[in-house]
Amino acid sequence: MGIEIENIHKQFGAFSALGDVSLSIPSGELVALLGPSGCGKTTLLRIIAGLETPDSGRILFNGEDTTRSHVRERRVGFVFQHYALFRHMTVFDNVAFGLNVRPRQTRPSKEEISEKVMKLLRLVQLENMASRYPSQLSGGQRQRIALARALAVEPQVLLLDEPFGALDAQVRAELRRWLRRLHDEIHVTSVFVTHDQEEALEVADRIVVMNRGKIEQAGTPDEVYEQPATAFVLNFLGNVNLFHGRKSQRQTQQGGQPADANVSGGVDDTQAVAYVRSHDIEIERSRQDATALKAEIRHIQKLGPAVRVTLAIEESGEFLEAELTRDVYQNLGLQQGEQVFVRPRQVRVFVEDYQI
Amino acid sequence: MRLFKRQNNVLPGFGLTLGFTIFYLSVIVLIPLSALVFRTSGLTWGEFVTTVTAPRVLASYKVTFGSAMIAALINSVFGVLVAWVLVRYRFPGRRIVDALVDLPFALPTAVAGITLATIYSPNGWVGRFLEPHGIKVAFTPVGIVLAMTFIGLPFVVRTVQPVIEEIEIELEEAASCLGANRWQTLQLVIFPMLLPSILTGFALSFARAVGEYGSIIFIAGNMPMVSEITPLLIITKLEQFDYRGATAIACVMLLTSFSMLLVINLLQKWSRRYAD
Repeated sequence: MGIEIENIHKQFGAFSALGDVSLSIPSGELVALLGPSGCGKTTLLRIIAGLETPDSGRILFNGEDTTRSHVRERRVGFVFQHYALFRHMTVFDNVAFGLNVRPRQTRPSKEEISEKVMKLLRLVQLENMASRYPSQLSGGQRQRIALARALAVEPQVLLLDEPFGALDAQVRAELRRWLRRLHDEIHVTSVFVTHDQEEALEVADRIVVMNRGKIEQAGTPDEVYEQPATAFVLNFLGNVNLFHGRKSQRQTQQGGQPADANVSGGVDDTQAVAYVRSHDIEIERSRQDATALKAEIRHIQKLGPAVRVTLAIEESGEFLEAELTRDVYQNLGLQQGEQVFVRPRQVRVFVEDYQI
Repeated sequence: MRLFKRQNNVLPGFGLTLGFTIFYLSVIVLIPLSALVFRTSGLTWGEFVTTVTAPRVLASYKVTFGSAMIAALINSVFGVLVAWVLVRYRFPGRRIVDALVDLPFALPTAVAGITLATIYSPNGWVGRFLEPHGIKVAFTPVGIVLAMTFIGLPFVVRTVQPVIEEIEIELEEAASCLGANRWQTLQLVIFPMLLPSILTGFALSFARAVGEYGSIIFIAGNMPMVSEITPLLIITKLEQFDYRGATAIACVMLLTSFSMLLVINLLQKWSRRYAD
């Protein structure tokens, strides 16, 4: 079941939530809508579901225009951030709800419903919780029940609105791996909303990065990470350092030293910003070549497997953050206050149009 | 020996507050009520039974509890409707309507009774339109129900209103995503969540109606066997210096009300069994 989103506009009062958004979601894929809060990702998801109507534009399910059809007729499974389980019903009744409300002619028999519910509960690994009430379950269990409930109606599309947002870090990591496995099993076209880049990179087949009601880039996790189309995408996916400078002749002047750069856009001699991911910064004891910059170590922070080193560049006084593996850090034997040389491995330059 | 084992608790003052609660309830509720029972015990069992089962008394129970039940039912239906409209819709004058709901709380009951009797009497504002259709409200049992409905309305509205406010819109969205129509959503999702508060509102409205005296005597007509409420009968007995007879009937009212409230509370507990 492929979804086509064509020129969707949505305005809330004076606030433009979505401005001319077009997107194609191929059948059977797991797509992440990624962006900061207020970027319109949830609004887009709710428009796909039919919980919100766009001001203009069309939504097509398998080539069929569903823009005007009611949420009941769209056969979408929707999973809410705060589960939205019916708390006066048992887990079993929650999952069976979508089947029980069908008109009599299409409603399965009691035995069929029971069989199907138990099958779904097995799928989400909660078959022994059937007679419990939602208040007796943990957050992760509730979200799995919400997912089973959404799947019970055999949706054409599964939509998840920050499904792991209300869970603690460990359960979240566990549940997203589980969601990935589940998707590999059932292959229903799924769209999930998240503001967590790690989550999107880990789970999704394709990532759609959104900002201020527009799509910045859509592509596979590798594409958006390795070839970010805009400064925003680069910035949102991982920690980056900024170098301000003037862009000319495919080079960025940085502290008097030219640095190789893959320049996007053809405008010469405009104000540009060079971006370097913190794990793309190498620290050396001695100057190897001209691109290395002299810097002083200001702070060292150990974060489990990685070590974050904050440096001040001698010439410009700008601060840099470098992320090293523990091995590299130990081999170098870095100390706070030491003078070292830093060399950016990969620099990306974007014409300055985006402010952090 | 200690009655309760001392436990370490983050909430201090359990002993003190429980002690005060029991003392307070005793002074305010228990002592007057036990005096009532004590006064009644002056009667022999035979006299007691004769007093409380006299035909006129039996008829008054029927009128009082029957009318209170009907009034509470009416309030449960329309009170929920009023609460729903007040919470879910925004319209000009909503605050005024919201304030109007509390008026029966504030109005002296005698004023309410006289007003209702005047309006619904055969030549009153409303009564004159009902009269040609053969509908008599004032000075009939219908009037009793009307007065009881009037004074009981705020109880249902004010208990249900906060619960409706707390229903997340996502629950309704989830239901419609799963294919439920509006009626099914109302019946299967919203109503079960409101039921505990409706029962509480019903119980309060019912209890208030059973105890109501001031407004009803003005509109009821007070005909023995037809539209005479039990509280009026008690007053009548008091005026005849039949204190024991009055307390005997009062005891029966007390027991009946108490057991009905108990049943409703149990029902209420059952209706929210999912919450523990």
